[in-house]
Amino acid sequence: MPIATLAPTGRRPAPFGLTPSKAHIFPSGKDRPGGRWRSIAPILLLILALLALAPSAWAQSFPTFDDKGVVDAANLLDPAQEQALSAKLIAQKQASGRSLVVATIPDLQGYDISDYGYRLGRDWKIGDKDSNGALLIIAPAERKIRIEVGYGLEGVLTDAVTSQIIRNAISPRFKAGDMVGGINAGVDEITTLLALPPDQAKARVAAAEAATRKQDDGGGGIIAFWIILFIVFFVALPLLSRAKGGKRYRSGGGSGPIIIWGPGAGSDWGGSSGWGSGGGGSSWGGGDSGGGFSGGGSFGGGGASGDW
Amino acid sequence: MSLMRRFSTVLLPIVGALALSACGINSVPTAQEEAKAKWADVQAQYQRRSNLVGNLVATVKAAGKQEQDTLVKVTEARAKATSVQVNAEDLSDPAKVAQFQAAQAQLSQGLGRLLASVEAYPDLKTNENYLNLQSQLEGTENRIAVAIRDYNGAVQAYNTRIRTFPDAIGAKIIHGAKPMTPFQATTPGAEEAPKVDFGN
Repeated sequence: MPIATLAPTGRRPAPFGLTPSKAHIFPSGKDRPGGRWRSIAPILLLILALLALAPSAWAQSFPTFDDKGVVDAANLLDPAQEQALSAKLIAQKQASGRSLVVATIPDLQGYDISDYGYRLGRDWKIGDKDSNGALLIIAPAERKIRIEVGYGLEGVLTDAVTSQIIRNAISPRFKAGDMVGGINAGVDEITTLLALPPDQAKARVAAAEAATRKQDDGGGGIIAFWIILFIVFFVALPLLSRAKGGKRYRSGGGSGPIIIWGPGAGSDWGGSSGWGSGGGGSSWGGGDSGGGFSGGGSFGGGGASGDW
Repeated sequence: MSLMRRFSTVLLPIVGALALSACGINSVPTAQEEAKAKWADVQAQYQRRSNLVGNLVATVKAAGKQEQDTLVKVTEARAKATSVQVNAEDLSDPAKVAQFQAAQAQLSQGLGRLLASVEAYPDLKTNENYLNLQSQLEGTENRIAVAIRDYNGAVQAYNTRIRTFPDAIGAKIIHGAKPMTPFQATTPGAEEAPKVDFGN
């Protein structure tokens, strides 16, 4: 327990600058500055670790999404085909502003494809904050097809329409063994729908949005809150009290005692700037990676499934 | 003595910070609202299914199919399911949630039977209108499943929050929070649609 280090025992320097009288506890006096921080560090690290772990990741494993538009985990396409499809999907994205992603999945891990599909979409965050993303998922091992539709596109890519695309455009080609042709036909059909004039689609989308979605913020606010608290209690208040009655703390002759990373103590700590980047950076960075396909979209089971 | 005072100077802000941030003044209602919103989702998706059932019944009737018994049963189950609504305040009442579940489960059953009986009519099975309805029903069942899972997740988060330290303090003293009822499958998989194989 790092808390135990609060008690000044033996030659261990007391943390938090709790040094009533230098003479008793620090006979030599020269190991103080480094030692104090070394004994606080575990506490800070523990707190940071707890904060970082708080929104814990419970996850089944998904292929990683690399923002090319195609994730061919099941290797149905050769590199040239994959590149062509990727170019097509990127062009589609730029034209319509909506994200369509193709994924081939070697193993659904026992999940129903509709179950797997919405989790995959949520994991990859396809679409922007309006959830205007869709996935075409092909699971060759299970011979299943799914068009997974984000909340914001449910009014455009309705269940009936996506089901028709699977039945009429994709499934027959797959049955004939033409995987690439089926994928491309499906992508073309969906692209046509996504290119529809957005004004009429938008109104419906907005209505659906308001009704169905109200979620997914979480982490950032809490972290920010803690950081503010830390600043208030460990920077602002100590500064204030130092300004008013600082003598009280400094009676032992130590330098800038109570402040943990206030300006006075900063020099002690200068070397290890790691805390700043390690603490907030990693957990915030995930929010919006790239301006491409993945922008925080969410999925709620819209779309249709089929097989061949 | 002065050591004690210094201790308290350090510890008080920390304890104060913990107390302020973590006794659930804000987090408990936030979690509760989250769960309520998810419940609204669940109800919306069931409502959507109910509307589709109406269309399905009409389609089967229009195709002139003699399934009077099944149709009547489905229509009745639908009327009953529609009449049982659980508003957000009743979510901590397990009996009301159970009643809602039972009514919806009955509609699921009737729907399953109707879809199965339609299998006997090849012309209806290839009817584009019917196929679309089918895909919509399927999609709605998916959405219901997702909405229920999201709701249960939110309820679990809320229930855990109001029963664990330190949020339990605020939950008890300030909010008088009661645990919410997760949507449980009465029989295994009952919240799932009867999986009718549409055989396409």
